[in-house]
Amino acid sequence: MEAFIYDSVRTPRGKGKKDGSLHEVTSVWLSAFILNKLLERAEIDHRTIDDLIWGNVTQVGEQGGCLARSAVLYSKLDDSIPGLAINRFCASGLEAVNLAANQIRGNAGTGYIAGGVEMLSRVPMGSDGAALLVDPTIAMNHSIIPQGVSADLMATKYGFSRSDCDQYAVESQRRAEIAWKEKRFDKSVIPVVDDIGATLLEVDEHLRPDTNLAALEGLDPSFQQIGEVMPGFDKVALLKYPELESIHHVHHAGNSSGIVDGAAALLIGSVEFGQINDMTPRARIVTTAKSGSEPTIMLSGPIPASEKALKQASLNINDIDLFEVNEAFSSVPLRFVQHFDLDPEMVNVNGGAIAMGHPLGATGAMILGTLLDELERSDKTLGLATLCVAGGMGVTTIIENL
Amino acid sequence: MADFYYDIDQSGVATITWDCPDRLMNLMSWEGFNELDTFMCQAISDPKVKGIVLASGKDTFTGGMDLKALASMKQNSPSDLDIFNGVMTIHRILRNIELAGGDPKTGKVGKPVAIALNGTTVGIGYEIAISTHRIICADNPKASIGLPEILVGIFPGGGGTTRLARRLGILAAAPFILKGKTPKPKDALNAGLIDEVVPPELLISKAKEWVLNATPEDIIKPWDKKGFKIPGGNPYDRQGFLNFVGASALIAGETQCLYPAAQAAISTIYEGLMLPFDQAIRNEAKWFAKVLVNPSSSAMINTLFVNKKILEKGHRRPKDTPKLNLHNLGVIGAGMMGSGIAQAAAQSGLSVFLVDKDETAIEKGKGKIQSILEKDVERGRMSTEKARTIIEQINFSTDLNGLRDCKFVIEAVFEDPDIKADIFRQLSDIVSDDCLIASNTSTLPIFDLSKSVSRPERFVGIHFFSPVQRMALVEIIKSQQTNDQSVSQAFDLVRKLRKTPIIVNDARFFYANRCIIPYINEGVSMVGEGYHPALIENAARQIGMPLGPLQLIDETSLELAVHIATASREALGDDYLENDADRVVFKLAGIGRSGRKSNAGFYEYDSKGKRLGLWKGIGNLFPPSSEQPSIATVKDRLLLIQVVEAIKTLQEDVLVDVREGDVGAIFGWGFAPWSGGPFSWVDNQGINHVITLCSSLKDQFGKRFEPPALLQEMKLDRRTFY
Repeated sequence: MEAFIYDSVRTPRGKGKKDGSLHEVTSVWLSAFILNKLLERAEIDHRTIDDLIWGNVTQVGEQGGCLARSAVLYSKLDDSIPGLAINRFCASGLEAVNLAANQIRGNAGTGYIAGGVEMLSRVPMGSDGAALLVDPTIAMNHSIIPQGVSADLMATKYGFSRSDCDQYAVESQRRAEIAWKEKRFDKSVIPVVDDIGATLLEVDEHLRPDTNLAALEGLDPSFQQIGEVMPGFDKVALLKYPELESIHHVHHAGNSSGIVDGAAALLIGSVEFGQINDMTPRARIVTTAKSGSEPTIMLSGPIPASEKALKQASLNINDIDLFEVNEAFSSVPLRFVQHFDLDPEMVNVNGGAIAMGHPLGATGAMILGTLLDELERSDKTLGLATLCVAGGMGVTTIIENL
Repeated sequence: MADFYYDIDQSGVATITWDCPDRLMNLMSWEGFNELDTFMCQAISDPKVKGIVLASGKDTFTGGMDLKALASMKQNSPSDLDIFNGVMTIHRILRNIELAGGDPKTGKVGKPVAIALNGTTVGIGYEIAISTHRIICADNPKASIGLPEILVGIFPGGGGTTRLARRLGILAAAPFILKGKTPKPKDALNAGLIDEVVPPELLISKAKEWVLNATPEDIIKPWDKKGFKIPGGNPYDRQGFLNFVGASALIAGETQCLYPAAQAAISTIYEGLMLPFDQAIRNEAKWFAKVLVNPSSSAMINTLFVNKKILEKGHRRPKDTPKLNLHNLGVIGAGMMGSGIAQAAAQSGLSVFLVDKDETAIEKGKGKIQSILEKDVERGRMSTEKARTIIEQINFSTDLNGLRDCKFVIEAVFEDPDIKADIFRQLSDIVSDDCLIASNTSTLPIFDLSKSVSRPERFVGIHFFSPVQRMALVEIIKSQQTNDQSVSQAFDLVRKLRKTPIIVNDARFFYANRCIIPYINEGVSMVGEGYHPALIENAARQIGMPLGPLQLIDETSLELAVHIATASREALGDDYLENDADRVVFKLAGIGRSGRKSNAGFYEYDSKGKRLGLWKGIGNLFPPSSEQPSIATVKDRLLLIQVVEAIKTLQEDVLVDVREGDVGAIFGWGFAPWSGGPFSWVDNQGINHVITLCSSLKDQFGKRFEPPALLQEMKLDRRTFY
């Protein structure tokens, strides 16, 4: 049994702060909003939907207690659809899609809604705790360091300078600006309108199209203090990477992903699902993969996950026409491009999380939607979406434009 | 033999006094614990007793647990479960003191218990104290209070970790649990370790007064009260989260994850803070048992504590020789070493005659001593008067004749046999026949030097380490002519200076330098072989060396290395092993990169002499190979080269006692303290494993790694070093 993407929607991304445009609505409201919009675009028999698989990272407070079930009940989805909240950190939204696709491939149902939400302005990152970082036994036995230091470690280890990372960031902003200007996101992005009809947000709010190298050069590195001075994560990193003398702290607010609010959802189904609901599939899910990787450098997971995916599908990296590699930090896509020796013009062609922001649990679904829209727009066939994941993991999905 | 006695006064205060017979200082044993418990139970159940005071009959409170008892506990209880059960017995006794007949579940309040600390209270002593309701301490500037367990490879396992973390919170408790700081009473009060500091003469009366006036609120421990909140928060509060993430990183970075006790302590705190008190104590006992069965911890206890004490007490001092009776000491050479020795001697009450060739040298030496003393005064380690007395006790002079009446003279001039010989000839004519002449040489054979003195039996090597005020070890070198009395006197002097002596036989480089030089050479050689310098330095850190070989040679100077290599080559002739290290050192020294002295070496330095990073130019002189070795290979080479050399010194009878070998290695050149020293390391690894490792290194890197014959013999006889 094959699994297909029938539709894809996302909200614009609001700044993940108290003055962000989405801050005033709850996580479950934003989840229900995007789910309702997906439902509005087609007449779907709810009995053909087996589950809502909802990615979300910080599952505490209003995002806790199986947010997926709350979202089903809050939305127009039928109560017979149960709801499953999942967490694979930054790849949760993509993992939701992959789980849905693989359920279908395994004959467990015909249709799923998969995606995710994260309201970083309301539920701050890390507020759910994490033994991974806090439990001394794990932290010390595996040299666990904060992600930003890992990103700097990756830049040091693979030779990306501050200027490489800044140039990457400026390019992300430039591409995102063009994409918005040329309305390349129009198929998926749905302006957020509140219950009394007021528009809260129409475009990605985090964009800084005026960003240039000179402006970025002035920014202080974000992780130098915690790396070099207190508590000194660099020394912990060198335990695993003794070939390095020190870590170059190259990442800062301008070349790292933005903290934002947002939600995204995709409709995943079998052939039969399309027939019953009179819908045409937009893309086939070719294969999905996930992989663990070295946890100190943490962010190299997209490489083994993508190698695994390619192997499963008997594909070569050169068979892929377009890539979406989540821009958690500049060094992540830079390393991916370096490892596979890719043409940078094929990767993140419409910008990424550095320009538009990274709503953790939703991002995976967002970049897959962006990949699909761009494959269609540029009339290309195979696309690969991948994200690095905290703790040393990676998730990849390969799709085929139909 | 009773360690405790019990007394009840008219006001109804029971005093339990700790006074171990035949000991200068109280140490806790299993028998002692039982006695303490019996008296506590008696006081709690006796209706006449209104309150309880714990006190000491010595001039200190306690030196803590008898670590020999702890070591034997490990031997008698081979499994961690046995140790756990033993530790739980201690916990029950301490919890009984804490509750003193009360019961947090029913709200029943027990009897007030105060502890009167008259002096130093460390280890289990502080763990008893923190179990009572009031810690009152005499204002005794000599007293140290705290939990130094981590310094000997364990962590506070008698409830100290759990109680102090709950009393102060992780951030404030960390310096005491994880660094073993033992502050003076006033600082201990400020840090929250104790409750009150009183004049010494009022100590007992204040303690009695407190128990007689204690309210129920005073007697219930914060953690036994409803709604107790841990200061600084739980691990998953916002602040607690940051504290724990930071603490783990700090410990990992500082200890390179080599010390099981540090990791166990932080995990005990983390897990314990999320548990009710009694479960937290159980959890602490589990971690403690795990640490105690760890071979690294036992090796550390044995070397850093038990065997060090045995050596300091004179186990190796020649028997039946009179105790040194010394009032003044002569020191020749006011350089770094000479002035350091002079200062240490003056500090321990000796009058010192410090002689150098001219006024400039004297002034320089005086300046050095003054600046060190000033720093001590600045940091509150010494009073201004004490510093002045020390300086006044040193008589600076340019006239060797001033040493005429000295009975003990240490020579500490430049490491040149001719200069030294000249001084010894002059000195022999000046001092009386019974004067002991010692040379603070770090490399030259004592027998050769003794040819220039008139009485070679009264000549000895006494090798201090640099910087003298910080380094605890002194090597005493006995030439084949040195008599027992001379060795004993050298030993007594070292003890008077409160340092740890080891006694070795005469050979080039003696023990410490003989092992550290190959370590440096091995690291330097790797540069020549195309290893990344950073990999070499990080590997050294990862085996627990305080300094990487490249940093170390920068500190000691590459010029000195060239000097030593040239001298050794001359002395050894064809026996000299040509090596890659010389090639690298001669090259760098040849272009003026002699290390810190020349502000350029393997590292770069700024104009003020601050070390920056590794010199980038090394890559041009010695290009790194594209295939780098594994970190394991680098670590093995750096560790084994020292171990092999240490074993050879034993094999050649330079080193006589493996305890001296282990203590000397750690305190002399900072050999991986977590290992307990090279000989403990071999025992813990297993001789077969070490031989295999050596053989494999020999095949890859050369003969210097050949397993010493002694190891092969021991393998056949199935012997171990201990």
